[in-house]
Amino acid sequence: MNSWNPTCESMSREEMRKLQSERLIKTVRRIYHNVPYYRNKMQQLGLLPEDINSVDDLKKLPFTYKQDLRDTYPYGLFAAPLSEIVRIHASSGTTGRPTVVGYTRNDITVWSEVMARTLTAAGAGKESFIQIAYGYGLFTGGLGVHYGAERIGASVIPISGGNTKRQIQIMKDFGTTHIACTPSYALYLAETMEEMGIRKEELSLKAGVFGAEPWTDNMRKEIENKLGIKAIDIYGLSEVIGPGVAFECECQNGLHISEDHFIPEIIDPQTGEVLPEGEKGELVFTTITKEGIPLIRYRTRDISSLTYEKCECGRTLVRMSRVSGRTDDMLIIRGVNVFPSQIESVLLEIGETAPHYLLIVDRVGKLDTLEILVEVSDKLFSDEIKRLEELENKIRREIESTLGITAKVRLVEPKTIERSEGKAKRVIDKRNLK
Amino acid sequence: MLVKQISVFLENKSGRLAEVTSILGKNDIDISALSIADTTDFGILRLIVNKPEQAERILKENGFTVSCTDVIAIAVVDEPGGLAAALRVLDDASIGIEYMYAFVGKATNEALVILRVEEPEKAVQVLDKNNIRVLPAERVYEL
Repeated sequence: MNSWNPTCESMSREEMRKLQSERLIKTVRRIYHNVPYYRNKMQQLGLLPEDINSVDDLKKLPFTYKQDLRDTYPYGLFAAPLSEIVRIHASSGTTGRPTVVGYTRNDITVWSEVMARTLTAAGAGKESFIQIAYGYGLFTGGLGVHYGAERIGASVIPISGGNTKRQIQIMKDFGTTHIACTPSYALYLAETMEEMGIRKEELSLKAGVFGAEPWTDNMRKEIENKLGIKAIDIYGLSEVIGPGVAFECECQNGLHISEDHFIPEIIDPQTGEVLPEGEKGELVFTTITKEGIPLIRYRTRDISSLTYEKCECGRTLVRMSRVSGRTDDMLIIRGVNVFPSQIESVLLEIGETAPHYLLIVDRVGKLDTLEILVEVSDKLFSDEIKRLEELENKIRREIESTLGITAKVRLVEPKTIERSEGKAKRVIDKRNLK
Repeated sequence: MLVKQISVFLENKSGRLAEVTSILGKNDIDISALSIADTTDFGILRLIVNKPEQAERILKENGFTVSCTDVIAIAVVDEPGGLAAALRVLDDASIGIEYMYAFVGKATNEALVILRVEEPEKAVQVLDKNNIRVLPAERVYEL
């Protein structure tokens, strides 16, 4: 077993529960005293910090929703003075308001630690060359993997996203052993390599850590065959910390959660009840070491299940199953989180009233495509072709600048988008990843 | 003087044109001219009919996106250079033409042309002044 921190990754359940309890108690105290928003939430439930004495009391605590981060935008949930914050990341929001997260120096250390575990489990070490093809910037992907890779002493190639041919050239010339990107981009790399006439044997690639979008076992097999590597699934979200929340080991049988930092629960998304081990439900995280923005029972909207059985790799860290869906309508297109409501607000701005629309997501070749059908209302209609083409272009440009992804826009006749129970169906996802 | 033209948004799907024309037929609406402008995905059907207000209402009731636009109908001599003479008048007055289409007149030696211009009132004035015959709306609806 390649393990970065065997003590934390393989401790007994009893020790883990003790550690989690200590850290949870501290975290609850911290948010109660430092974050008025949480204090109010707890007071409304008649809860005091003293009521939380172990992980068993976790279920007494209120949930945190993405909406809470928006309501307190930008810094309302920060539990550390802003002078202690050394980094800020943000993810795109549904209404143009991003979700903002802040890290103290210690948070960056924790993040590096959990990413170091992730990369070590994927077989990387100080002799490795890690090419990071996740975007660098407000998105946590690039910098998150970067710090973990430096932590294990690997040689980091911070190439960021895009420029595929250059990625491949560098991969070949620099002797990249590990690549970090989205799974669909990994397939695109493989395809471009073929076009360039570069064979996988010419590369030194051994493994890749892939995340930030849903994928299937078939995709995994295809990546492994075409690139001649081990394809490792990783999981993370910026609200919890970024990439590194959970990672696969060489057994590729569920993702180990660094639960000494993030306590997972699986709940029934309707009732909020905690579900027993093995049952599918919504994944919820409580961060217990974060200082910048600790979150209590954060609703990820991702559907998964947990198993506490010791893994064949020797780790005792709880494993989550690969995320099998969402409890809300969020789509992940080319690694970008997209809510239909974002597209709706773009259309709203253009046409004053929101027209009916339908998003068709597909995977053509290796890349996700987004097509937006927009019903032409009287308001949007013009009897001149050029005006209608301008309208299509305008929608396309606005979508691109809001979401950062390109979409094809197609104008359709009114009432052609199917309505069910009076409500329009907003999304057709043809990617068939489940 | 201005003629009311009905424009209908249509997707490029088979049967759409038949649908529009049969709805109009059932409601006893007579089409005297039409043109289609199209792109890969959609087209705009432009119609001159005998009862434009009624046609607009009925098509809307049937779920189509419809708009009503003022256009000009002119009659030009049906001989070489006939149309050019009329268009030169507009060009001299710096009036741009968005689109135009001809339509079949019945048993006359005149060709009828529908013009959509940026400033229809001004266009009618200059055409009139230069002895290009502009057809009154009532005449056009009767064709």
